[in-house]
Amino acid sequence: MAVKSSRYWLIFISPAMFLIAVFLLWPLAKTVVYSFSEWKNFSITYTFAGLANYKRMAADSVIRIALKNSGILIIFALIFQVGFSLLLAILVDSVNHLFKFYRTVYFFPIVISGTAIGLMFALAYKYEYGLLNFFLTLFGQEKRVWITPKTSIFLALIPVVWQYVGFYFVIFLTGLSKIPADVYEAAMLDGVTPIQKAIKITIPMLRDTLVSCTVLVVSGCFRVFDTVFIITKGGPLDSSQFLSTYMYKMAFENFNGGYASAIAMLMIFIGVFITVCLRKALKAQ
Amino acid sequence: MAMKSKQSRSIPKSIATHALLFAWAVTTVLPLLWVFINSFKSSNEMLRNSMALPTSLDFKNYATLMSYPDVSLPRSFLNSFIISGSVVLGALLLSGMASFALSRIESKASKYVESLLVACLLAPSFATIIPNFVTVSRLSFMKDTYLTAIVPQISGNLCFTIILLTGFMRSIPYEIDEAAVMDGASAPLLFWQIAVPLSKPMFATVSIMVFIASYNDLLTSMVYLSRQALKPVCVILSMVSNMFGTDYGAMMAAIFITMLPLMLLYTLAQEQVLKGLTAGATKG
Repeated sequence: MAVKSSRYWLIFISPAMFLIAVFLLWPLAKTVVYSFSEWKNFSITYTFAGLANYKRMAADSVIRIALKNSGILIIFALIFQVGFSLLLAILVDSVNHLFKFYRTVYFFPIVISGTAIGLMFALAYKYEYGLLNFFLTLFGQEKRVWITPKTSIFLALIPVVWQYVGFYFVIFLTGLSKIPADVYEAAMLDGVTPIQKAIKITIPMLRDTLVSCTVLVVSGCFRVFDTVFIITKGGPLDSSQFLSTYMYKMAFENFNGGYASAIAMLMIFIGVFITVCLRKALKAQ
Repeated sequence: MAMKSKQSRSIPKSIATHALLFAWAVTTVLPLLWVFINSFKSSNEMLRNSMALPTSLDFKNYATLMSYPDVSLPRSFLNSFIISGSVVLGALLLSGMASFALSRIESKASKYVESLLVACLLAPSFATIIPNFVTVSRLSFMKDTYLTAIVPQISGNLCFTIILLTGFMRSIPYEIDEAAVMDGASAPLLFWQIAVPLSKPMFATVSIMVFIASYNDLLTSMVYLSRQALKPVCVILSMVSNMFGTDYGAMMAAIFITMLPLMLLYTLAQEQVLKGLTAGATKG
């Protein structure tokens, strides 16, 4: 490198590092402290409470619901965002026409905010004007109430899963375009069927992309917020709560900063665990 | 893609493939179309048939949005552009400078800083939101200004933008710097005359990524901004169902009009948006 000035290095890097220290590192440390504290209503003072918040979390049935909901979301996300997206990418890669059209249209929902999508689906689930009840009446059925404690999690996860199919589709499509054509040509001379081709050539060649996407999909399932918040707010009766929405409720509706921080710690722990362990496990195979 | 030899298929197979692909395309377009056509209808008309085209092109719902007394939509749009615009500018400047230091000034500390930035990517915004809320509400110069949303959002984006930009700046040949230093150029000049202009493509990608993330960011703006008059559109959208009660036509119009800026951006700069949103997604 042409420049070896530690003075300039500091000058150039300090502003960014200052903000990172104040709004990222310091708050992370604070969250750890708060999680071991009794701290309510955002008061100036807080008292050390040991593991009280963590003990409460272990006994909290809503935390169990939130983890179960994340599990359900992960299953659907893996099926649609990894499996179905890959299928779409392989099919689009194989067609001769409309390649750009499909890519444009599939990616489109990613650009829209989770808030707008959430509101859009909330309206579709409405009793009187909803899109779903419109189709029911079209086929001569009775209108029904869609969001109930039993169904809420599924109705909340439909838009979450649907929105990101196009995102992984584009990543897979990019991965596919990097597979050299002669690999396929050799296989075609041997007369393989398209399904054999997908399983024996395409998927092994996409290994790294598949691993990255799986890690992204699973860790993403613990970060969903906007869409669920808009459609159900975690309800009814906490039935569609995720760790994120529950943490928000604890912090900014119940004003229990200590307990909310403990939930945030659980989210950090799960995120790190998934990214590190899942990646290792998938790579090792 | 055109270079790749396509397998010749039988016609029925090809039709089946397109049918499936087209079916998924319908699911992504239909909800949006439904919102669009209903934004021109009164509640009564919507109740009769929400899938039919509107009987007339009536902008009444949009007028309702404009005239709403507590939170005017034009004002919240202005807020959004002030906040997201500042976040983009701030993130570009700070991460551009930091990336220049990390990639083009020799220092032993650089590799530790980079590891720290990668580790920070793992921290979700939920992990910092409570302490940051306390910080922004206690700093008197920030209280009740746009800064309460802008500064934490810039900080939240920095790790990722620095990593992307540093990677890009490393690909610029170092001989250019060496030649310039021979001619007596100093570090600030190298930054402004060489690193910044040559990194324009990555700056563009990063801008789009940060702008879209900021424009759509519900959580941070909802928590940090307490004054109604400063709130951006996505927060307004989250409150719209309470404000309009059962005026579903106005809600449809609100959804459509908030999506419009990003839809335009996507139409005008599709390749850039694709790149911006998927940048770094498959790294490592």
